[in-house]
Amino acid sequence: MVVGLESWTLARPELFLAASAMLLLIYGVVRGEVATPFISVATSVVMLVTAVLLFAPYREGTAFASLFIVDRLTATMKAMVLIGAAVAVLMSRSYFEQAKAWRFEYPVLVALATLGMMLMISANDLMSLYVGLELQSLALYVIAAFQRDSLRSTEAGVKYFVLGSVASGMLLFGASLIYGFCGGTAFVQISQALLDGKAAEFGVVVGLVFVVAGLAFKVSAVPFHMWTPDVYEGAPTPVTALFAVAPKIAAISLMVSVLMGPFKPLFLQWQQIIVVAAVLSMALGAFAALRQQNIKRLMAYSSIGNVGYVLLGLASGSEKGIQSIVFYLAIYLVMTLGVFATILMMKRRGVMVESVSDLAGLAKSQPMMAFAMLLFMFSLAGIPPLAGFWGKLYIFIAAVEAHLYIPAVLGVLASVVASYYYLRIVKVMYFDEATDALDSTPFGVYRTVAFVSAILVTLFSLAPQPLSLIAAAAAKGLFP
Amino acid sequence: MSSWPILSLVTFLPLVGALFCLVVNGPKEAVDRNCRSAALLTSLATFLVSLVLWVRFDPTKASFQFEEKLDWVPALSIGYHVGIDGISLFFVLLSTLLTPICILASWESVQVRVKEYMIAFLVLETFMVGMFCALDLALFYVFFEGVLIPMFLIIGVWGGKRRVYAAFKFFLYTLLGSVLMLLAIIAVYWQVGTTDLPTAMEKLDLPFTWQCWLWLAFFASFAVKVPMWPVHTWLPDAHVEAPTAGSVILAGVLLKMGGYGFLRFSIPLFPEASQYFAPLVFGLSIVAVIYTSLVALVQEDMKKLIAYSSVAHMGFVTIGAFIMNMQSVQGSIFQMLSHGIVSAALFLCVGVVYDRMHTREIAAYGGLVHRMPRYAFTFMFFTLASVGLPGLSGFVGEFLVLVGTFKANTWVAFLATTGIILGAAYALWLYRKIVFGELTKDSLKGILDMNRREIALFLPLVLITLWMGIYPSSFLDPMAPSVDKLIGDYQAALKLARTAALVP
Repeated sequence: MVVGLESWTLARPELFLAASAMLLLIYGVVRGEVATPFISVATSVVMLVTAVLLFAPYREGTAFASLFIVDRLTATMKAMVLIGAAVAVLMSRSYFEQAKAWRFEYPVLVALATLGMMLMISANDLMSLYVGLELQSLALYVIAAFQRDSLRSTEAGVKYFVLGSVASGMLLFGASLIYGFCGGTAFVQISQALLDGKAAEFGVVVGLVFVVAGLAFKVSAVPFHMWTPDVYEGAPTPVTALFAVAPKIAAISLMVSVLMGPFKPLFLQWQQIIVVAAVLSMALGAFAALRQQNIKRLMAYSSIGNVGYVLLGLASGSEKGIQSIVFYLAIYLVMTLGVFATILMMKRRGVMVESVSDLAGLAKSQPMMAFAMLLFMFSLAGIPPLAGFWGKLYIFIAAVEAHLYIPAVLGVLASVVASYYYLRIVKVMYFDEATDALDSTPFGVYRTVAFVSAILVTLFSLAPQPLSLIAAAAAKGLFP
Repeated sequence: MSSWPILSLVTFLPLVGALFCLVVNGPKEAVDRNCRSAALLTSLATFLVSLVLWVRFDPTKASFQFEEKLDWVPALSIGYHVGIDGISLFFVLLSTLLTPICILASWESVQVRVKEYMIAFLVLETFMVGMFCALDLALFYVFFEGVLIPMFLIIGVWGGKRRVYAAFKFFLYTLLGSVLMLLAIIAVYWQVGTTDLPTAMEKLDLPFTWQCWLWLAFFASFAVKVPMWPVHTWLPDAHVEAPTAGSVILAGVLLKMGGYGFLRFSIPLFPEASQYFAPLVFGLSIVAVIYTSLVALVQEDMKKLIAYSSVAHMGFVTIGAFIMNMQSVQGSIFQMLSHGIVSAALFLCVGVVYDRMHTREIAAYGGLVHRMPRYAFTFMFFTLASVGLPGLSGFVGEFLVLVGTFKANTWVAFLATTGIILGAAYALWLYRKIVFGELTKDSLKGILDMNRREIALFLPLVLITLWMGIYPSSFLDPMAPSVDKLIGDYQAALKLARTAALVP
């Protein structure tokens, strides 16, 4: 296989990230622990530069004998992943320093995981899909267990690893079936084979189900969500923040490109699965979170619910649906980073706390932090004029246009139920009296992230247009 | 008409005050003082600007005036489109009038978190005014739902003992109705390709079954807001637990959002379904009028009694709106305005004695007339206005509704009239219990009459109630062309549907 210069140009951002990660790793090995602060900042900068490289200059096409594809959709998704990962790395420092687990491997591992996510997003062949997926997963397993001397963190890592391997196995099994029936692993080959009449073959459908199940695990859609609450709760908080954004966005993007790409001819088959998964995720995300006391666990259920809405957009299978997914994910990214920045500020006498009741009376002791959290909660609940409302609106527009009336009705009802637990956090902060006030956080990354997210969430209503244009351009990638 | 974006100015001016309150800093005393003054000044300024709307409003035109149209989300054909006609004009004025009164009413009774309180009220004012001006379904929804956030906080933070329960109930009830409306809005958008209301009114042409579903979805939202029996149960809780000013806004403006919604959206967008479901609305309204009046008779809490009376009064509004003739619709709007003033004043009356005694129990009072003559007069004035004494505002609305209803459906009118009798019974009973009788309770012996601030609160409301009762034309004339157009369009749509049905 001769790889032309064109291929290297297309993969320029990935190559840059990979090379930088290696160099930073070598630098860390040579300099030792003292280099950690530099490496972590450098990793974030590298990720942001990579995000810029995606668009300056923007090129699209396929590379490496069609293993790798770049279009507006993949570029936009990668940008979101990179931003999420960069902010998550920035938010890690003071947490790990306090936990005495601040090592230079951490940012490098995040960079490698991010590289895996980028490969996943750009996968155009079942092989590259799997390689990307495993690269990100392996790095993430380690990151989840990064706080070695914490039992919970280790447990989270092991759980994530075991269940994640099962999912990878299912995916691989499904992929092998599809390869067997379609005679190729490239997406174009699969798509062609399905159009040529292979779609009716039973084995293909079984393979598809396995692939979808594997992907559903990665996006933590019901009924493959079981790992999410445990891993979110157990993993160190900055890692949870990372999990809630970057891999989720990457996996959703992968799901979109697989289902809307090679498996488009089987739309009616997979639509049913996705609709059921969407409705169940929305419902479970709403009901299971009602009684959670741990805020990270609560956010895990919240993220399951959010994935439900995204899947509803995917189930519409239309260009609007894909737009709504991009739109929703961008808003989700901002809200989630803001929430986790706030969670990371929850400290009492220097010790991190993570129970909902610890927020009691926050509105009195730290009005600004409480106000930011209030905005995030109302936004997650989908109350206008905050940003979260627009995301839901877009999704429901897509769903109604695709005649998914019943799922849409169930979706809005689930959002009412979900609003209860978001409101509960507001209630604890604003209506309850403080028993023991939380520490105030000095100015730094957390406050900046929370502040910027809060501003974006609040003022989004002034100009939703730019994001909708980005979403529209991105969706064009799948509907040329 | 004018190049000035005057509606946007009225809508967003309160946010300037809110922003000021947000950034003001310093010792608590100074912050509280500054926030109070800033909130009062901005809301008064907003009221003055909104008066310009009335002065420059052309009462001969039926179409929307002061229109402003901007692209908002062109990708989804959502625009920022505002404008008012005769129907919405007075609701805007009602909102801008009541907000400064509320802020003045909370001057002394709210002492904790004054800054946040003022911000919440100013933000609330923006949402309320914006909602009445919105001519785009999505914009309307944004304001309509946005109201929930400040109101949730007002009830929950500054409310009474069971405030958490009341705040959640209020929020979840309203949200449940609203999200269904959101889906209906999306369905309308999908049909006409835009959320612009005037365009939707023109173009929307749905099969009957679809109209019915969408009408029901809108109904779910507005019926909760009005509130109609049997989804009214959030209202007594919310009223009882809310601080005085919260109750005032709730009764004065938020309930009107439902009635306004019927007239602005349900009827013009789904005329056939509106006609089809009118008997349902009548039935629920009559139950509301009679049943809640009876419930009001046995209340022990003053605020709860007035809350139930609100449900009964709003029953007239919904009957009037769906009878759909000139008198009934005008009466319905007039009744909403009158109720907005009168029930707001009644809640303020409760607030006056609550601030002194910290109880709302009816049994805790009696004989106030001996110590508080001015209060006794004010309270009587608004009690009679609420009962519908000719010469005061309540009479005009109820009378017009009943005249209109009588023409269309005698039985509905008959049953609704019994509500007036019951209304007089509970209102006068409440008044007798609190104000008349011997002053026997020791706790009341030292109670003071209304001070100047409180008189200043009531004076404008008294004058407006008299004005509305004596010369209702100043209010009815500007709304006449718009109501006429509403009814005309409605009849035309029904006629068209009938002709279409006749064609084989």
